[in-house]
Amino acid sequence: MTEIGIVGYGAYIPGHRIRTGEIARVWGANGEETERNLGIKSKSVPYLDEDTVTISVEAARYALRRCGVDPGRIGAIYTGSESHPYAVKPTSTIVAEAIGATPHLTAADYEFACKAGTAAIQTSMGLVGTGMIEYAIAIGADTSQGAPGDALEYSASAGGAAFVIGREKIIARIDKTYSFTTDTPDFWRREGQRYPSHGGRFTGKPAYFRHILTCAKNLMEIMDTSAKDYQHVVLHQPNGKFPIRAAKQLGFTKEQYETGLLTPTIGNTYSGAVMLGLSAILDVFGPGNRILAVAYGSGAGCDGFDITVTDEMKNYKLDAAPTTASQIQGRKFIDYATYARFRSKIERGGE
Amino acid sequence: MEVPRFWRETRARYNLEGVRCGNCEKVFFPPREVCPDCHRASIGRMEKFKLSGKGEVYSFSTIHSAPDYFKDEVPYIVALIKTDEGPMVTGQIVDWEDGEVQIGTRVESVFRKISEQGKHGIIQYGFKFKAVRRALK
Amino acid sequence: MRDVAVIGVGMTRFGELWDRSIRSMGIEAGLGAIQDAGIYSTDLEALYMGNMASGLLIKQEHLAPLIGDFVGMGKLHLPATRIEGADASGGLALRQAYIAVASGLHDIVLVGGVEKMTDVGDARATGIMASAADQEWETFHGATLPSLYAMMARRHIHEFGTTQGMLGSVAVTNHYHGSLNPMAQFQREITMEMALESGIMADPLRMFDCAPLSDGAATLILCPVSRAREFTDKPVKILGSGLATDSLALHDRETITSLAATRIAAQRAYKRAGITFRDVDLAEVHDSFTIGEIMAVEDLGFFESGKGGKAALDGELRIDGSMPINPSGGMKARGFPPGAAGIAQAVEIVHQLRGDADRRQVKDARIGLAQNVGGTGATTVVHIFEVI
Repeated sequence: MTEIGIVGYGAYIPGHRIRTGEIARVWGANGEETERNLGIKSKSVPYLDEDTVTISVEAARYALRRCGVDPGRIGAIYTGSESHPYAVKPTSTIVAEAIGATPHLTAADYEFACKAGTAAIQTSMGLVGTGMIEYAIAIGADTSQGAPGDALEYSASAGGAAFVIGREKIIARIDKTYSFTTDTPDFWRREGQRYPSHGGRFTGKPAYFRHILTCAKNLMEIMDTSAKDYQHVVLHQPNGKFPIRAAKQLGFTKEQYETGLLTPTIGNTYSGAVMLGLSAILDVFGPGNRILAVAYGSGAGCDGFDITVTDEMKNYKLDAAPTTASQIQGRKFIDYATYARFRSKIERGGE
Repeated sequence: MEVPRFWRETRARYNLEGVRCGNCEKVFFPPREVCPDCHRASIGRMEKFKLSGKGEVYSFSTIHSAPDYFKDEVPYIVALIKTDEGPMVTGQIVDWEDGEVQIGTRVESVFRKISEQGKHGIIQYGFKFKAVRRALK
Repeated sequence: MRDVAVIGVGMTRFGELWDRSIRSMGIEAGLGAIQDAGIYSTDLEALYMGNMASGLLIKQEHLAPLIGDFVGMGKLHLPATRIEGADASGGLALRQAYIAVASGLHDIVLVGGVEKMTDVGDARATGIMASAADQEWETFHGATLPSLYAMMARRHIHEFGTTQGMLGSVAVTNHYHGSLNPMAQFQREITMEMALESGIMADPLRMFDCAPLSDGAATLILCPVSRAREFTDKPVKILGSGLATDSLALHDRETITSLAATRIAAQRAYKRAGITFRDVDLAEVHDSFTIGEIMAVEDLGFFESGKGGKAALDGELRIDGSMPINPSGGMKARGFPPGAAGIAQAVEIVHQLRGDADRRQVKDARIGLAQNVGGTGATTVVHIFEVI
């Protein structure tokens, strides 16, 4: 079968941050305790002029700047998000226009909670693998929202990554992808509702853990591997605790999961989460490194990927765009009132 | 701005696509159909030309009193950017720290939301600029 | 071409005229000028009306016949034309009326300017004023008229060492002049501290660097010089009229510390008048922003490039200074209804040249100049007047 893989990638994380303690202060919660329980110190916040579209465009531009693929050769763009700015009207067409890939391509948006971006990678693999198109761009990006005072408010954050999928000059080969899907309503947002609802503790064992563990185990069984065959693992990270517990249950060590674990600093970037974790690993580790990546989307399902960095990575122009690490720390911490304004939780009245 | 009026200039707004006069090679942004120097000799010879988005601040102002569509973003900076390819471009500077933006500050373009036509209308995206900082390692 | 004279002037007080509509202001200013000229409305042959934005401000287009009707000329079926060039609309209307009389087409013509600003809120008004700039490539990005002038000011500061104090002194001087003008919106002096500590509108311009958004109307009656003495003992002749344009957007200009349209309009007006800037005794210039006045006194030739700010600081622009500027208080203090601004300038020049400017009278004033700018300088109209 034709080799398919990542030809280029780029990450974008908005520069504003809010600390867990600041959110806790407003809702009368204990900041240190909340931080400890969630394993989240701070989260990224988009500015008023940043949304899933702008994050997607910047990430895609960074990816193209690094790999040098002619935008005219991109045959498909899929953007996965649960916070597309329009309910009807695609994010992907705006991305396509803004990177100069129009008009000879197909484009569509995906939604599958936190794994819409990896679903986009799988679709891209199919189109590229069958030779229908030369290159595809798969994007996972979100500016997710938690209801004021809800537990999700501590984690729901903003960021995204774009992956150029192709057959030539692959810097990271996708050895295999496998998905595990059931109907498990652990988290949802009804049409017209502003904030999502969730099943509380139900989001844990029957949802996140069952799907992540099964998907990872099945993929490793198919590949005839175990945890020690991978240098790195990146799992969906709705908080700083779940992915560590799951990684340990799968037999992974801290050295294997720490590079791809970004939630403690930037929060849960939803569709961006695993893709940003993967980009943080690819930024640092060269040829021969093997990565297990498993994204989880509520509702529910998992997309697992077995990825190996190739020699072509040596020629990759990483420096042509900001690295993931350079964007992790953020630029400016804001207070809750400013955060509420940036996220339209309070709005100007009077006129 | 009305939908067709915004849409018609999408390539320039998203990608800083201007034109270059095929006669004198001068670059223009926003796009023009006639070169103000070559006149008739330029007709039909204005070629698409994409700006790199890099340039420096020629002048700027921090706006504290804004029209309706920009009220929520005050204070915000509007600047004249002298692009490396020649044309001067009007645009916002974002992500600035106090005192960071000066005449001569190097900038690069970013893709941002410019304004929304209320809650029901379209979202208008386009270029803004930000100061070029040394990359954090 | 025939020589043309102003034989009558009229205006409303400028300001927040809550109880006045656009038509009632037009009537007051129009009837005032008709009365001043000692004519009857039936003597009028045409009407020209400068107005910037009635469509956006009060959703009323088709303004010229409306005002004409309410001034009492409806049954005369007069030719009536509205003229628009942003805040140079008044100056442009004057030029059209001047051409109509000079050409011999009409003898007695009424030219007015009017604006009703305060029916909309400040944020809307700011947006509407910005329609004088390039809507697609300046305003779209959030630029406002104050911010565009602020960028000119910043370059002027950068290139010439102009200071905030120099900008502030323009406001202080014009408020002083306004305190002497019973028709001014602001008749109170301000101190330099007030100017420098006022709120920032668009850095580096502060509130006192910006003219207010006012309601008001102003009107002139023109006729051929050959007939002027039928109506008045002190006709004021229009010696020259110059009009020049430039790119709408600042980003398309060679320089932004000087308005090419002003320089060229002035050259054209001086040439037609057969004078130089040295012959001008006083001027009303476009000070919608203080930097505008500094650039104007340089572009009109009164001061060297880069020296306008110092001239303001040194008091040269006061009515008792070497080059009296904006004795009316200017747009800054007399008030700034955009469409009426250019006509109000001419009204002031006529008062000064007739010698009836009372406490703000500039001594020995024989030749006066009015410079009216549209937007950030895409249009400048210059008129030169002489008492005969």
